Amino acid sequence: MHNETSHHYFVPDPSRWPIIGAVALFALGLGASFTVNGIAAGKFGLLLGVLILLWMLFGWFGDVIRESLSGRYQRREDASFRWGMSWFIFSEVMFFAAFFGALFYVRTISVPELGNEQHQLLYPGFAASWPLATGPGISATYQAMGPWGLPAVNTLILLSSGATLTWAHWGLLSGLRWRLVFGLGLTVVLGALFLGLQIYEYAHAMNELGLSLASGAYGMTFFMLTGFHGLHVLLGAIMLAVVWLRVLRGHFNAEHHFAFEAAAWYWHFVDVVWLILFVFVYWL
Amino acid sequence: MTAIDSALQPAHDTAHGHHAKPSGITRWLFATNHKDIGSLYLWFAFSMFIFGGVLALCIRAELFRPGLQFWQPELFNQFTTLHGLIMVFGAIMPAFTGLANWMLPLMIGAPDMAFARMNNWSFWLLPPAALLLLISFAVPGGAAAAGWTLYAPLSTQMGMGMDLTIFAIHIMGVSSIMGSINIIVTILNLRAPGMTMMKMPMFAWASLITAYLIIAVMPVLAGVVTMVLTDRHFGTHFFNAAGGGDPVLYQHIFWFFGHPEVYIMALPAFGIVSHIIPTFSRKPLFGYTSMVYATSSIAILSFMVWAHHMFTTGMPATAQLFFMYATMLIAVPTGVKVFNWIGTMWQGSMSFETPMLFAIGFICLFTVGGLSGVTLSIAAIDIQLQDTYYVVAHFHYVLVAGALFSLFAAVYYWFPKMTGRMYSEFWGKFHFWWSLLWFNVTFFPMHFLGLAGMPRRIPDYNMQFTDFNTMASVGAFCFGLGQLIFFANMLHSLRHGRPAAAKPWEGADTLEWQIATPAPYHSFVEAPDLEVGENGRIDAMHGGKHH
Ligand code: HEM
Ligand SMILES: [Cu+2]
Repeated sequence: MHNETSHHYFVPDPSRWPIIGAVALFALGLGASFTVNGIAAGKFGLLLGVLILLWMLFGWFGDVIRESLSGRYQRREDASFRWGMSWFIFSEVMFFAAFFGALFYVRTISVPELGNEQHQLLYPGFAASWPLATGPGISATYQAMGPWGLPAVNTLILLSSGATLTWAHWGLLSGLRWRLVFGLGLTVVLGALFLGLQIYEYAHAMNELGLSLASGAYGMTFFMLTGFHGLHVLLGAIMLAVVWLRVLRGHFNAEHHFAFEAAAWYWHFVDVVWLILFVFVYWL
Repeated sequence: MTAIDSALQPAHDTAHGHHAKPSGITRWLFATNHKDIGSLYLWFAFSMFIFGGVLALCIRAELFRPGLQFWQPELFNQFTTLHGLIMVFGAIMPAFTGLANWMLPLMIGAPDMAFARMNNWSFWLLPPAALLLLISFAVPGGAAAAGWTLYAPLSTQMGMGMDLTIFAIHIMGVSSIMGSINIIVTILNLRAPGMTMMKMPMFAWASLITAYLIIAVMPVLAGVVTMVLTDRHFGTHFFNAAGGGDPVLYQHIFWFFGHPEVYIMALPAFGIVSHIIPTFSRKPLFGYTSMVYATSSIAILSFMVWAHHMFTTGMPATAQLFFMYATMLIAVPTGVKVFNWIGTMWQGSMSFETPMLFAIGFICLFTVGGLSGVTLSIAAIDIQLQDTYYVVAHFHYVLVAGALFSLFAAVYYWFPKMTGRMYSEFWGKFHFWWSLLWFNVTFFPMHFLGLAGMPRRIPDYNMQFTDFNTMASVGAFCFGLGQLIFFANMLHSLRHGRPAAAKPWEGADTLEWQIATPAPYHSFVEAPDLEVGENGRIDAMHGGKHH
């Protein structure tokens, strides 16, 4: 099993990218703190942070791609990447779990309880309904977002993007390059379409339905859950787009394409979150 | 578990001899070596320990006598808050991660951590986060003052210090999640042939399960502080009943993170002690398999007990009963562990070097903390004790005499392997007895204070509590002084300590003691073939290269 010529596990040389990333997050943290408190200088911190972060991401992933192309990543490295990506997705699942937990809590516990007789003294006229329409903290009236218009279309779009992605993957596995290029490209386009429609939906919600983060328990869970989901779609779509560019440059073959799979796993995760979101945020 | 032991395959990559030992400042800034990064973690954790300790002394100085002495209540509250946050996220957690970085690859025969570059990022995110916390003292309104638990609606009201704290928590969360992914993948994927899961060292098991807990709950903490942020600045009502939210929701989400978090600070300690006790008893660990299962069941149970922190917040009696019994249940696997450690010492040929002293101190005092925990878990009793000094006594027994003592034990135990030199045994023992004494002087009276009804996080108190408070303050200052002995011993021994043998402890049998001392800069660049017994005991080692 083991002999003198064993492949060495790849340990990268010292790298400047991580600490550049640390500087970026520091600038972002400080900039964000200033910005939310209305201090103008904060904007520069944010901008600086974003620029440094982008620089770092390009540099770091550039190194990774070069190492991958030079054959540094063999089976054991590949297994590490697979484990790593799986655990990263698990952490994302738990992040969403916190927000879904908040949604379930307000719907099953806090809103019904605020509507009981004891609380009538506190908030006379409070009616425990969902979407919650009354309450001293809810200043403007609003309407809820129904499930069967745009959200249903978006569900279809995301689901088909999952299918096109898998189709592309089959293409990659069986060496059908045009199918890979076309399927993956289509997935990115569908992702972008989803995001576009989501932006349109937000505009509709804010301008016509009067919904905002400040629309009480309904508005906050709606925007926080769909908003974080949208950010993840954006990230996933960027990942897929980068993979697509790498496909065009011929970086992958049937055996060696972890980057493709990582982005695909991430995309499917985002897909599943959307389904749960569709059921609990839009529908029920 | 999928050990990919057969994945070692013929060379594709022969030109690989260019790893020299880097020098100068970039060795630390750009580090990808697990030993360098481990050292960075340990130094950082120690400096945060000093910082958090100074804050603790500021608290104890104020509480020396009733009445306001030094600080206004607002500042006092900032001290308690930052003391807690810094000790938890700045000292204890990074120290354990640092030890895992240093020792895991050596204990399981891996060439480094699985993601060496990301490892660097995990570390270097910590100083910026600490800096944000430091800066928060200087902004208008001062640092966060809501307690380390950052309960809403306190945390939804304060000044900019709270926002800095929130972003610091985000950054520390990213850091610890990446650190944990690294630990898990290293253990699952980089064990040397022969080092199977049910044979590997308890420290590896403990680190694995701790890392799993971190990945499961740090994102939840990130989520809840994000809700605080949007409640503060973007008009949401997560924790405000006026919009249908509920401050109690904060507590639920926080403690869903918070209780596993206390085990994040306890499980690695269990792992460390499970090596030190066998080594100095010159006997194998008693009940290795049951230790593995106990650790796993603690991890699972720790997700089901969070509301024992909320008995007085209002919940249905059935829920109180559920959380009470579930909490008591955790005492069972914890008891299994204590039993096994004692079983290991039983009829062993024991010697009492500094690591062993700290490990035995750990067992005794951690058990005291566990017992006060069981007392607190009884809902009817907790209603009296919630938010009193009894709780403070409880968690300092499990965190200072538990987590911190185990860290001291570990640093003394592995110091020879890390540095190639012995520490001063005399001053080590002195440090132990001194800490043991003053720890108890500081924290034991807090049980009485709590039982008598003294609330925690208050800068002033009723005259009747004076004597015990004075005692605790004297104890705390002496305890703090004692840590300087540790610091001096380490610094001095680093340069002038007696050179250490490859295996300075007669009874040590895990892999790290099979290689040279100090550990070569690149150890196990090629995996050894191992014959391994339980708890990582090495029966035979073939091959394995270092440079
Ligand atoms: C047998 C095991 C344990 C039991 C039954 C237990 C039980 C409890 C209970 C019921 C409380 C809530 C007290 C209150 O707020 O009124 C509590 C608080 C606490 N416990 Fe434990 N505990 C145990 C072990 C641990 C361990 C191992 C640690 C950490 C290493 C720990 C750290 C804490 C902390 C930090 C708090 C206070 C949190 C705060 O309010 O700031 N406990 N424990
Ligand atoms: Cu707890």
